[in-house]
Amino acid sequence: MTLQAPLDLDGAIALADAVAASAASDAAPLDSAKQLLGAGEVVLEAWVEAAGNVPTEEEVEGYRLLALHRQGAKGNPSFNACRETCRELVYLRNVVEMSLSEGDLAQARHHLMLEAHVLRHLGLFVGGKLHESGLGDFCCSSRPLHSADSTITN
Amino acid sequence: MDGSNDLQKVAYYPGCALEGTGHAYNRSTKAVGKSLGLELVELENWNCCGAMEVKNVDPKVQTYLSARNLSIAEDMGFDKVMAPCNGCYHNLKKAEYDLANDPKSVEVNERISAKAGHDAYKPGKVETIHALDWIKKAVGEEELEKRVKNSLKGIKVANYYGCMYTRPRHIFPEKDKGPGSESTAKPHFMDDILAAAGAENVEFPLKTACCGGAHSLSDSDMSTKLVLNIIETAEACGAEVIATECPTCHTGLEMHQVRAEKVLGRKTNVKILYFTQLLGMALGLSASKVGVQENLSDSRAFLKEKGLG
Repeated sequence: MTLQAPLDLDGAIALADAVAASAASDAAPLDSAKQLLGAGEVVLEAWVEAAGNVPTEEEVEGYRLLALHRQGAKGNPSFNACRETCRELVYLRNVVEMSLSEGDLAQARHHLMLEAHVLRHLGLFVGGKLHESGLGDFCCSSRPLHSADSTITN
Repeated sequence: MDGSNDLQKVAYYPGCALEGTGHAYNRSTKAVGKSLGLELVELENWNCCGAMEVKNVDPKVQTYLSARNLSIAEDMGFDKVMAPCNGCYHNLKKAEYDLANDPKSVEVNERISAKAGHDAYKPGKVETIHALDWIKKAVGEEELEKRVKNSLKGIKVANYYGCMYTRPRHIFPEKDKGPGSESTAKPHFMDDILAAAGAENVEFPLKTACCGGAHSLSDSDMSTKLVLNIIETAEACGAEVIATECPTCHTGLEMHQVRAEKVLGRKTNVKILYFTQLLGMALGLSASKVGVQENLSDSRAFLKEKGLG
């Protein structure tokens, strides 16, 4: 699968949907697996940037995704609810690579499909957190609407 | 925990959910315990653990509410209390941790306890365990295998633990202690128990992923999307059943499975059952004895087809 790198959170979810739908016949599963991991970074960048911080370029255990998660969870322990989701994303990307090295294309494609599902979950979770915290797109629960000096009639 | 006989009879804290939407979990947990020769003694005059609501208003009051339940267990002569609900389990564990590490929590707990007219709970007196700990440690897989009358053989199960069973890690000092202990990264106690009952556990990468439970009222669409993804992932893994061990997760999965079909037009077929319901039927209990008819997700035809219930 050849796809453009997603530019935002919605793009990451769209990529997850596309890969999940086509994983069974993906001609280059490792390329797609790497794209999904990169899309996971885009999702976490959105969270870090919404909190007013600059996304780290560092790595934890060899992966920027895990460093971004650590950065995003700093001072916000509830963000740890997606810690294992991020680790699964890394794990599945590695299983895709390992399966290919063992010549098992079917297993590689299966795990690519699972990786896409996990990325979709990360995107939905972070999207929900952005709304809940009033950091994302406008929604009925966004912070300004409920602040003391801002009412719905203003 | 050491797997000794002190788990044969433990204090039981069902919590509010098991008296309401999670009644089937209450029923099946008690039935499984009885079938295995284990005894549960319900806490007298227990109260809400504080759940999420009180925690959001004042976390220290939530600590007191959970501590009071621990205090009752101690007064009844127990050193272990079993809480099958992830929220209750989490909150009792957190109260234990906070009272051991946070002087302000101790102060508030002592003040409210004095007003309420009972001794304040002191940490280290009562250990909170989950239903999974209880069955795995009190009985163990080897004994479970011997007790199975209707094997779950041929049933493909995705085990879903939810996000509160293992988080935050620091309130679960007994986990991640190597072989025999539960893992916070990849929990396996439910997998172990159901495998002993014959089930075929599938690889499931969203075991501890958020189901959006806290969003259910404020943003139902988000919860539906999160649950739908969990369910579709389970189906993609080949699962016929998602096994649960928390009434909030269970209700969320059932409710949003229906909602996903109605609102998003996405129909899924995976059945959602408490692990205690599956285990109970494997032990020879009928479907009605473990409350299958109380579930929103109607799995009766499926279970009949599999020779259970």
